[in-house]
Amino acid sequence: MTKLKINGKQIDIDVDDSTPLLWVLREQLGLTGTKYSCGIGVCGSCTVHINDEAVRSCIVPVSSLNATQDIVTIEGLSADNNHPLQQAWKQLDVPQCGYCQPGMIMSAAALLTKNSSPSDADIDASVTNICRCGTFNRVRRGIHLAAQMSVRINKNNKRGGA
Amino acid sequence: MKKQRISVSRRDFLIHSSAVGTGFSLGLFLPVASRPAFAVEGATVQTSTASEVNAWVEILTDDTVVIRIARSEMGQGTLTGLAQLVAEELECDWSKVTTEYPTPGENLARDKVWRSFSTGGSQGIRGSHDYVRKGGAVARHMLIQAAAEKWDVPMAECSVANSVITHVPSGRTSTYGQVASLAAELFPPEHIELKKPKDWKLIGKSVKRLDTEDKLNGKQVFGADLQLPGMLNATIKACPIFGGRLKSFDDDKVKKMPGVRRVVAVEDNAVAVVADTWWQAKMALDKLPITWDEGPNAKMSSASIEQMLDEGLTSSDKVFVGNQKGDVNRALKAAVKKVEATYHYPFQNHATMEPMNATARWTKDKCEVWCPTQNAQAALKATAEASGLPINQCDVYKIHLGGGFGRRGAFHDFVTQAVAIAKKLPGTPVKLLWTREEDMAHGHYHPITKCKLVGGLDDRGNLSGLHVRISGQSILASIRPKWTEKNGADMVTFQGFRVEGDHAISYSIPNLRVDHAMRNPAVPPGFWRGVNINQNAIYMECFIDELAHAAAKDPLEFRQQLMTKHPKNLAVLNAVAEKAGWGKAVEKGVHRGLSVTKTFGSYVAACAEVSVNEKGKLKIHRIVAATDPGYAVNPQQIEAQVEGSFVFGLSALLYGECTIKDGAVEQSNFHNYPSMLMEDMPRVDVIVMPSGGFWGGIGEPTIAVAAPAVLNAVFAATGKRIRQFPLKNIDLRAG
Repeated sequence: MTKLKINGKQIDIDVDDSTPLLWVLREQLGLTGTKYSCGIGVCGSCTVHINDEAVRSCIVPVSSLNATQDIVTIEGLSADNNHPLQQAWKQLDVPQCGYCQPGMIMSAAALLTKNSSPSDADIDASVTNICRCGTFNRVRRGIHLAAQMSVRINKNNKRGGA
Repeated sequence: MKKQRISVSRRDFLIHSSAVGTGFSLGLFLPVASRPAFAVEGATVQTSTASEVNAWVEILTDDTVVIRIARSEMGQGTLTGLAQLVAEELECDWSKVTTEYPTPGENLARDKVWRSFSTGGSQGIRGSHDYVRKGGAVARHMLIQAAAEKWDVPMAECSVANSVITHVPSGRTSTYGQVASLAAELFPPEHIELKKPKDWKLIGKSVKRLDTEDKLNGKQVFGADLQLPGMLNATIKACPIFGGRLKSFDDDKVKKMPGVRRVVAVEDNAVAVVADTWWQAKMALDKLPITWDEGPNAKMSSASIEQMLDEGLTSSDKVFVGNQKGDVNRALKAAVKKVEATYHYPFQNHATMEPMNATARWTKDKCEVWCPTQNAQAALKATAEASGLPINQCDVYKIHLGGGFGRRGAFHDFVTQAVAIAKKLPGTPVKLLWTREEDMAHGHYHPITKCKLVGGLDDRGNLSGLHVRISGQSILASIRPKWTEKNGADMVTFQGFRVEGDHAISYSIPNLRVDHAMRNPAVPPGFWRGVNINQNAIYMECFIDELAHAAAKDPLEFRQQLMTKHPKNLAVLNAVAEKAGWGKAVEKGVHRGLSVTKTFGSYVAACAEVSVNEKGKLKIHRIVAATDPGYAVNPQQIEAQVEGSFVFGLSALLYGECTIKDGAVEQSNFHNYPSMLMEDMPRVDVIVMPSGGFWGGIGEPTIAVAAPAVLNAVFAATGKRIRQFPLKNIDLRAG
């Protein structure tokens, strides 16, 4: 039995130790927003956050995790589809087929947590997910737009508090 | 006039398809865009009554408009575009529009009222614009008629806008939702006029896609995500050698592994493990000892295939002519200068992000399949064949596709397998999901060809003759032999070289011969987004560039001289040249290349700007692209498709290659079959320039101009002509 903290909830998992986090999320918890595509940590479709870091969950065995770590999936990114990235994605109509997009958004969200105003080079270095439909340019614009929105949100919060 | 009765089968359909009867059917029908009234998880309460006005339009009492979409949405935006076409004529409130897929079984039961479900060849919009607009127009007429009859006024006194019908003299109004049930009882009008393009309000407008919301939070259910009550999970391994068969397997070694339910032979070449979870099935399959009968192709290699193709470059055996004009031999003999080059294009995998999958439930009376498919009708046919049941006892529920690119249209091998497995577990739904490795090993690959081009220039440097010899694989001969010509020719091989039509050549060349030596290695080919124009445009557009340089002419002017009778092709070429600043100074170290073609009925051109550093590293800085699709239904989605086409075309150029060793594909996953990443992606400036009067495709054409524009720019930067691909294998250092 492994204890995990996923999207803020403590959860007991009873699976083989070698089971990757991806398949725990998808098959034990029904969190199918995290996608399987390569299974070898190359494409990024399975990206989740562990303590705010973008991690490729298909190569993380569940035995390597514990309940002190905060695991966040696309389903837990925001309460109401209102993360700045999700808003920017809507505004720019970013997704095409959409299969890689949860991983893409999670990679971008981890970047914005560390770097509130990333340059194009920062985006290139951090968002290394594969998208075969070809949404890269809108993804890039979406990250910049979300960064601007976050700045505005922070400013408004400060004003509101003052 | 009122209909006497709605047929029983139609009533059944209404209940069936409105997806509100039970939570189960809500899950099964999975309308692509969420329907506001039913968006609550597991909703079983009907808040609004639905009336089917006609096959394309259903209206709810709360004024929600459900537009039925027969073609598949796989990212290309067709779902939204088709809804725009219907809504344009329907005059409905766009903010209340949602969509739904009918099933191919319902289509059969209703005399194919939705016509083709096939989603390929960039046909989604251009292949159905007339009848879906008519569907919207007929529904509008019936709704107005219903209101007029209710008010007992002449229809001609009524106007309509935004789902509201107004009786102009009295000012009375009614919403569509208020008269939809009355409209559903009426006979459709016998004749209906479609709007003139100048009167369009929604067609041509960059509205937002209807299917974005759920793609941002993990709610969008793809085939791989489907969960059904009591469902088991399976994964499969087929003989990795093409044409090989399953000899034996030792299931004693895995039967006791956790969760394993069954180990089953599938058809004559594969074995699958069925388990409680997919991960358990995969663990067991990885450990399963399997013996293969390697069959006749175990010695096939990339080298042996290349030998076949090389022989075809000069052979006169099994050669088919695709375009012939004048006397090319005489022109080449008389030429002042002759240019010759041979190009080679490899096998490539579709590599959809979502691996192949299908879920099936079989009983002796019924077989149902849930799957991502580009052609639900073909999926239904495969279901019926594999199930052993009559087709009217089968149905297919289309689930959102995590990419298609042609892999999920002509082939339903994954459906056949899923049904074969489910048949061994009657009544239990089984989801078959391939591993990425299986997907790489059992594609239907972009066909392999070589191409030898010989061009002749006269004393003024004009192109007087051109012979194009394609040697290699025919898609149709392999998978659609009935579609080949009487003499066996595969005309799809000549995309971009045809005399006329959707794939006509862009140049007037006085003496021309384009022929194809059909050489079919045992690697299964398929339609791969863009199909044969991908390599044909490289052959033609890079060689035209070679000829221009041999003639000491500017590549733009050289093309323009050959395009005087091709004004639309010329217009897109000129548009990119002008916007990119062709002939004008560019940043130091940056070089430009051009390409143009007509394909899938649209005119497309690109100008690429690249640099190659001293280490041979290529950087693509910018691409200017122009598209004339005749009519542009949703310009911002066309821009998205054009940008995406560069990702697909440039991924192929930079990285795309499947090689063959010992009868099998060597590449196994994205580590050795890479795809473009963000860092490779250039800025793309898109010019959408619809000239009107025709309907061209969008999803594929631009792919064709991506690679040649970049290759011609690489030549300008380095002086190197690259004639085999992908570029990852090539040293690009200048000199």
